[in-house]
Amino acid sequence: MRMAYYPGCSLDGVGLEFNLSTRAVSKLLGLELWEIPDWNCCGASAAHTRDQLLALALPARNLALAEQEGLDVAVPCAACFNRMKVTELATRSSKETKDAISELIELPYEASNQARNLIDVMANVVGLEKIKEKVQKPLSGLKVACYYGCLLVRPPEITQFDDPEDPMSMDNIISSLGGEPVYWAYKVECCGASQTSALPKATVPLLHRIFQNAFENGADCLAVACPLCFINLDMRQGGVKKAFQGSYNLPIFYFTELMGLAFGVSPKELGLKKHFVDPMPLLNSKGILTRANAGREAV
Amino acid sequence: METVRLSSTLSSGKSFLEKVQTESQVNVRDCYQCGKCSAGCPFVEAMDYSSHKILRLLQLGQIETVLKSKSIWICSHCATCYTRCPKKVDIPRLMEFLRMEANRQGFIGEKTVNIFSNLFLTSVRLTGRVHEMGTMGFYNLLSGHLFQDVLSAPGLFFNGKITPIPHLIKNRKVIQKIFANTKQRQGES
Repeated sequence: MRMAYYPGCSLDGVGLEFNLSTRAVSKLLGLELWEIPDWNCCGASAAHTRDQLLALALPARNLALAEQEGLDVAVPCAACFNRMKVTELATRSSKETKDAISELIELPYEASNQARNLIDVMANVVGLEKIKEKVQKPLSGLKVACYYGCLLVRPPEITQFDDPEDPMSMDNIISSLGGEPVYWAYKVECCGASQTSALPKATVPLLHRIFQNAFENGADCLAVACPLCFINLDMRQGGVKKAFQGSYNLPIFYFTELMGLAFGVSPKELGLKKHFVDPMPLLNSKGILTRANAGREAV
Repeated sequence: METVRLSSTLSSGKSFLEKVQTESQVNVRDCYQCGKCSAGCPFVEAMDYSSHKILRLLQLGQIETVLKSKSIWICSHCATCYTRCPKKVDIPRLMEFLRMEANRQGFIGEKTVNIFSNLFLTSVRLTGRVHEMGTMGFYNLLSGHLFQDVLSAPGLFFNGKITPIPHLIKNRKVIQKIFANTKQRQGES
């Protein structure tokens, strides 16, 4: 299996654990990631509110470079994924748009390849069977609220991925690792990450409602698939908890970190020591790190 | 509350609604005011006009009220509304268009959102990528929120998540050309 890889700006910065864990688990699963050379920012969260053409052109350059290699693109960041899908579908929608985009980026681009988010890649390209085979330390006893947020599943005609109100792909991955996905109501609510810097006060209630609902439904932690959601839920949790006097303490994981843990990769290699909400006490209390290699039968 | 004569704004707003439809492919007359969009909107409490009210104001030709609103700057384009709308009114797309139009006419309902977007795109244009520490630093300076997130900064810095040195892509000229090409094309249309 070989795919183009578009990490996006956050995976070089605030979301570096997502990059570390994605690379670690992909290697173990035999998924070769070809990083798009000299990729540029896709403009997500700003360009589409400024200039519709710019919002198509910035992702298009990256997609065009992957197309030259004849590869689909694995995209970890939900916001990048969404903008790439918008670009891909706009390019296919009319010759006029396609020609306009090619002229702007000064590269041929036909949208013959496609962008796929990382949950989709793991669940449907790699496959759950293969994931189960690699499990060394099952996540049994770990109750996980799988949080998809907005841009992975909405609008459905753009993302073309899972159910927009009750997606299950990440839940199924967590089950395959031996973990216990909880049933909860806020898996597709927006956490407001794109506005969290400019409008922090408006974003605090959104975060509180997500934490509170996960907590009330018995979750030990949240699993996410977006660096913007992660930093918003992880870095701001302390402040939100204080503002609302919440009694939750929910470590946030990239779902790829949980995959890595279950595959026996060390917490350090996965970047787990870089979180604001320290996940180590939870992992220790569940005995996940010290679990003897249980192999597949135990899952 | 001031009295508004709808008979005049209804006709004067017509050309704007045509522009909305041409540029965003949204027909605001499709909305029948069920309110499902506002019911599911995560940011509704922070808005001055909830999304179905924005649509109603547009239908009634109250264009300036809409362009001066905070709502069009607060919307995060999460598409909960659009996904659930029984009439498939693409509200996020509409909000994008309204924000651009407000910007063109000099109405900035939420200055901080505008500052952040400007800095974000400046970073992309200059380096090819977003430089997070630079964007946040300039944001704090320009927004006057000098101490926003400063308590988190050491945690980010010492874990290697932010760095003062921006990553420069090699083909920066190509990115600058994309910005220039786009600007030129917008100027022609």
